[in-house]
Amino acid sequence: MDVVKEVLAKHQKELEKYKPITVEKHLECRLDVGTLLITDPNDFDDRELRDNREEYLTALTRENTQLLLNAIWELPTERVDESIVAKLPEPTTVLPRLRKVPGPRPLTKWEKFAKEKGITKKKRDKKTYDETLDKWVPTYGFKHVEAEKSKDWVLEVPQNADPNTDMFQKKIDLRNEKVAKNEIQRMKNIVRARKVDMPRSGYLGPEAASSSQLLTAVTVAKSSTASVGKFQNKLPKEKDARGLGIKELIPGGKRKASHITSNEREANLDLIKSVLHKKPKLNVDKAISMQKEEDRLAREAEGGPVRKAKPKGKGSRKAVGKKPKGNHGQRAPAKKAQAGRKRR
Amino acid sequence: MSLLRIRKPKTRKGKKILMAREPQLIESARTMLFVDGRKCGGNVKQCMKDLNQLKKPLVKVLNRKNDITPFDDPSSLEFLTMKNDAALFVFGSTSKKRPDNIVLGRLFENEVLDMFELGIKRYQAISEFKNEKIGACVKPCLVFNGPQWAQTEELRRLRNLFIDTFHREKVESIRLQGVEHVMSFTVTDDMNILLRSYKILLKKSGQKTPRIELEEIGPSADFAIRRTKIASEDLYKQARKQPKQLKEGKKKNISTDALGNKKGRVHMGKQLTGSIQTRRVKALRKTPEEKKENRQKKKVALKTAAAEALAASQ
Repeated sequence: MDVVKEVLAKHQKELEKYKPITVEKHLECRLDVGTLLITDPNDFDDRELRDNREEYLTALTRENTQLLLNAIWELPTERVDESIVAKLPEPTTVLPRLRKVPGPRPLTKWEKFAKEKGITKKKRDKKTYDETLDKWVPTYGFKHVEAEKSKDWVLEVPQNADPNTDMFQKKIDLRNEKVAKNEIQRMKNIVRARKVDMPRSGYLGPEAASSSQLLTAVTVAKSSTASVGKFQNKLPKEKDARGLGIKELIPGGKRKASHITSNEREANLDLIKSVLHKKPKLNVDKAISMQKEEDRLAREAEGGPVRKAKPKGKGSRKAVGKKPKGNHGQRAPAKKAQAGRKRR
Repeated sequence: MSLLRIRKPKTRKGKKILMAREPQLIESARTMLFVDGRKCGGNVKQCMKDLNQLKKPLVKVLNRKNDITPFDDPSSLEFLTMKNDAALFVFGSTSKKRPDNIVLGRLFENEVLDMFELGIKRYQAISEFKNEKIGACVKPCLVFNGPQWAQTEELRRLRNLFIDTFHREKVESIRLQGVEHVMSFTVTDDMNILLRSYKILLKKSGQKTPRIELEEIGPSADFAIRRTKIASEDLYKQARKQPKQLKEGKKKNISTDALGNKKGRVHMGKQLTGSIQTRRVKALRKTPEEKKENRQKKKVALKTAAAEALAASQ
């Protein structure tokens, strides 16, 4: 036992030679070893901070750094190239990102359609056999274009066309148009993917506009007369454009009333009033007939004289269908007998 | 290539650069842009130089003067950071109204997320401390002193911004001898921020963990908080959102027992015991008598079958 005591005492003595590595704190400090960060929530010694600020700050920082390093030195270590490396845990402090978290790429209109219909891309061969040239030609790329050029050294002018038309220029124009259309479709896809409201583009021209856009353009153009298109001729199967916001485009047409009006408060109060002070509608005719029926029943119960309806017409004739009932006949309230002089 | 690019890049190099600027799953270390204001000299210039030295090589310095007022109109600052692909910025200016002014800020989606205007009250540059300096690219320890850091939202954001600015980048491991720099941020009761920077000296303690002594190496500065602009709660939350792919999912069928041994449970599927090939053992082999019996049985069966066939043909 003496040996153990001796060793312990010796160790203690050795420790006393050095300054301590332990730190006393009133409140526990928050550590984030992953980012080498320590936050000390303890209050300052105000007088020290005022009188000898630098020494106090250094001492305070030293204590906190000691705490942090104590935690780092306890981490699992490994040897890499003659130096000891500590493995840091995941940082707990969450820092904001520079950009949003990347999401899945939004589908283009075609991709969406193809997905719905189950259309998949077909793998094409890299080279195809060209019969006129009698050789294998790349399916795409500059060599394909070269081959096409060498093939089309002459172009036929159709019979119904002007004999002086430049068919080569026409071909180039057609291609340029296609490129422009593709670009517009790409832009539209971007707009759709970003989910932004774009201002109405108006008439885009026959090669870029969709059928619904063309239809809208026609409808708007037709209704842009002084009489709101009332006297415009229609083609046999022509339809009017329908959908959201088309009526607003038609000049003179009814505009959608905004839900915010200047006297919103009054309108709402009126609505509440109409609901709260609701009165049942009176059907005077029905009320009279019901009253009559009640009177009749009362009279029958008394045993008074029952008035029989006189038989109309020939009695031998059988009644076809149901007997018409009072107050259940068809009436056309719109066709009222006109009062006053009969107009011809 | 992102679908959302309006202008298509013309060269492969340009495409690569633009691709790097798109949202990334794991973002690279954040660079800092240094922008000078209309007037920028004295302490401000010195402070920016020191910051530059601390942040190297994750810096981008613009040398021209810029007529920018970040708090009135941050758009040109946003443009500059976008062009230089920087996530953080320091804007230094000095004027009669706001002498020795430094604006520290960061961006999210090319817009200013938060920025803080700090007025320099006292400054001592790194060059004023005549002692041995630390090496370059040292990841510093960050110490935040004072109870106020966690009390107001503004200070919490400022602390986060300081961490963002000085922590350099996320590392997986650190060399123990390489922990040699500590930066301390102290917030006092009168809302001043005291920035101090020390070199760590590792001394013997008689134990494994060393005793620490500090030596001030600069910069040493006292800042006053002037104007601030912090992001709304929603935006801040959105900016801090971490990708799901990086989160480690729960691993099934793995457990650890009391002794810390890792145990896995494996699904085997149905075993075909009938047709399985097992080890051949001598004891299970058929004896000569059994073999003979088998042969006899076969013979009898064949004979009877032949007799039946004959009877059927006749």
